[in-house]
Amino acid sequence: MSSTASPSSAPHSAANAPTQRGDRIFAALARGAGLAILAALAGVFVFLTVKGAPGFVQDSSAYGDAGNFLGYVWPLLFGTVLAASIALIVAVPLSFGIALVISHYAPRWLAGPVAYVVDLLAAVPSVVFGLWGINVFAPRLVPIYAWLEEEAGFLPFFRGPVNPVGTTILTAGLVLAIMVLPIITAISREIFAQTPRLHEEAALALGATRWEMIRLAVFPHARSGMVSAVMLGLGRALGETMAVAMVLSGGGLVSFNLIGQANPTSIAANIASQYKETTPSKVHVLIATGLVLFILTFLINFAARAIVARSERRLHR
Amino acid sequence: MNRTSVRAVPIPPVLTPPKIILGVAVLALTMSLSACGASNENADAAGAQAGGLSGDLNGAGASSQEKAMEAWSTGFQGLNPDVTLNYAPVGSGDGRTQFVEGGTLFAGSDSYFDDDEGELSAANQRCGGEDIIEVPAYVSPIAVAFNLDDVDTLDLDADTIAKIFDQKITKWNDPAISALNDGVDLPDLAITTVHRQDDSGTTKNFTDYLGKAAPDSWSYEAADAFPVKGGVAAEGTSGVVAALTNGKGTIGYADHSQTEGLSVVSIKVGEEFVAPSAEAAAKVIAVSPRVEGRGDTDMALDVDRTTTESGAYPVILASYLIGCQHYASTEEADLVKGFLTYVLSTEGQDAAADLAGSAPLDAAIVEEASGIVDAIAVK
Repeated sequence: MSSTASPSSAPHSAANAPTQRGDRIFAALARGAGLAILAALAGVFVFLTVKGAPGFVQDSSAYGDAGNFLGYVWPLLFGTVLAASIALIVAVPLSFGIALVISHYAPRWLAGPVAYVVDLLAAVPSVVFGLWGINVFAPRLVPIYAWLEEEAGFLPFFRGPVNPVGTTILTAGLVLAIMVLPIITAISREIFAQTPRLHEEAALALGATRWEMIRLAVFPHARSGMVSAVMLGLGRALGETMAVAMVLSGGGLVSFNLIGQANPTSIAANIASQYKETTPSKVHVLIATGLVLFILTFLINFAARAIVARSERRLHR
Repeated sequence: MNRTSVRAVPIPPVLTPPKIILGVAVLALTMSLSACGASNENADAAGAQAGGLSGDLNGAGASSQEKAMEAWSTGFQGLNPDVTLNYAPVGSGDGRTQFVEGGTLFAGSDSYFDDDEGELSAANQRCGGEDIIEVPAYVSPIAVAFNLDDVDTLDLDADTIAKIFDQKITKWNDPAISALNDGVDLPDLAITTVHRQDDSGTTKNFTDYLGKAAPDSWSYEAADAFPVKGGVAAEGTSGVVAALTNGKGTIGYADHSQTEGLSVVSIKVGEEFVAPSAEAAAKVIAVSPRVEGRGDTDMALDVDRTTTESGAYPVILASYLIGCQHYASTEEADLVKGFLTYVLSTEGQDAAADLAGSAPLDAAIVEEASGIVDAIAVK
């Protein structure tokens, strides 16, 4: 953790620690695991690049109406980011709230079962979320969408005409929110629980209320972990395929209308829908969009890490 | 990917040396029993090859044929217990690719091979430079289904359907619709069209119908992807059915076997309105001409969408089984030949009709296709 990063307490280097055969085997295994994940990632990247590169320069007919790769991938990129943003806007505050309840507010007899139930959500397969989304959730949202169009139709988000089936990008975002919620909750719960007891008690002793204690002691301690949790959730939201493909009525357009009939589609859902019946040249295009998604995920992760690192430096100045 | 795979394990007769006479007797008994069983099944399997085949028969392709393939797999393996039939419903495109690459012995496809991207040439190449075999195997009507309170059936013509799906007619009480439906109380409700989000042979056949039967109102080319922007998109046939079931004022198209419980449009053919049915679909196949300029063994059909034949329903999906005239080994050739013969037999077509709601092929088509299939042999 950042609070211990002063030069005098640098960790022992492996060179001057006593070693035995067991240590060496363990070190080799650990190193192997680390390298394997890097190799797997590199393998995915190489596959996407090799198979996807021809997809950037196919005959214009392979891109449908768009005519070129940029025109094809841009609405998909937009849809991916929009759906993931909706999911995070809904899921992040909710997850942190649930995590805080479990770690700090709820009595122990309640916290355990709640944590267990939230963890169970993570085990539900995405196809089940998709089926539930289209058959149960989406139809129930239609009256709400109709009301939104009536009352807030002047906003570009709720312009309508309302999708009578309910399969909108807002529905897809909400289903994604439910899917990423257990991931963010589980990780941030563990991190909140690791706040040093002394910090919390010191804050309380200075007259802080419970909320002030959480703001002053828990959040600063947990910031890096909270970002990790959100990043993992974001990864799932960006890459989720089946649930989005089943719930979302995609139209391959760029629109901020959240309750309309034709919606922006996400890259992953588009691949799932289009891959089944397709021509060889279109497969290259689809894999190329997969490469774009891969790079997007990478960039977002880097950006988030950079922001956290900067804010932590400022904190310690 | 789920595979349709049903396997029956035969029990070999046991021979013990000291009791060889008894052994022979048992063997004779077993053989007479199995012959008896086979002849029983043969009685109603007109022309289907019985018994004798063994090995793995791998195919892949259109998911529309998946249900029919289940029926065929059960029936064919019932006749040939030593055969394992694997059909991967990966989609027509993948099925054709796998066939061309030699990964499978046959392919199922919702659209016949065309040579726009050299696919047909590549397929002929895979078959040793000979024309491939393409026979229609699965014909199914596509229903235009809708969801309106208190309206069970509607009469529409191709022109009106085209305008609805092109977002030109947007209200259920539009004069064009009420003119065709005297006495039906149509609500002042927006029409929401539902189409397939994934590329699909159903979409291609539906848009092909609209383009040919209503050329003035439908300017798009037939394609696997639905061409019109707007309307609700849904994933797969089940997604379309779910959208139609859940959304008031929706209209969409889906394989007729899946639209149970939904209200269905009767389509104007000639001077009458015809509801989708297996018989009505089979009538269209019977009057459809072959695609020109292809080999004798290639039965690709230009479905006659503008037929005025009484009682015909031209919105159909014709799915093909694809193979080679000659295979590398006797085993492969016999397997493909046996399977295709079974599929084309009355028994095979009836099994698919029962399980998948498809339309049994017309006798003339079966005869022609059987002639092609009979010629399958080893190189």
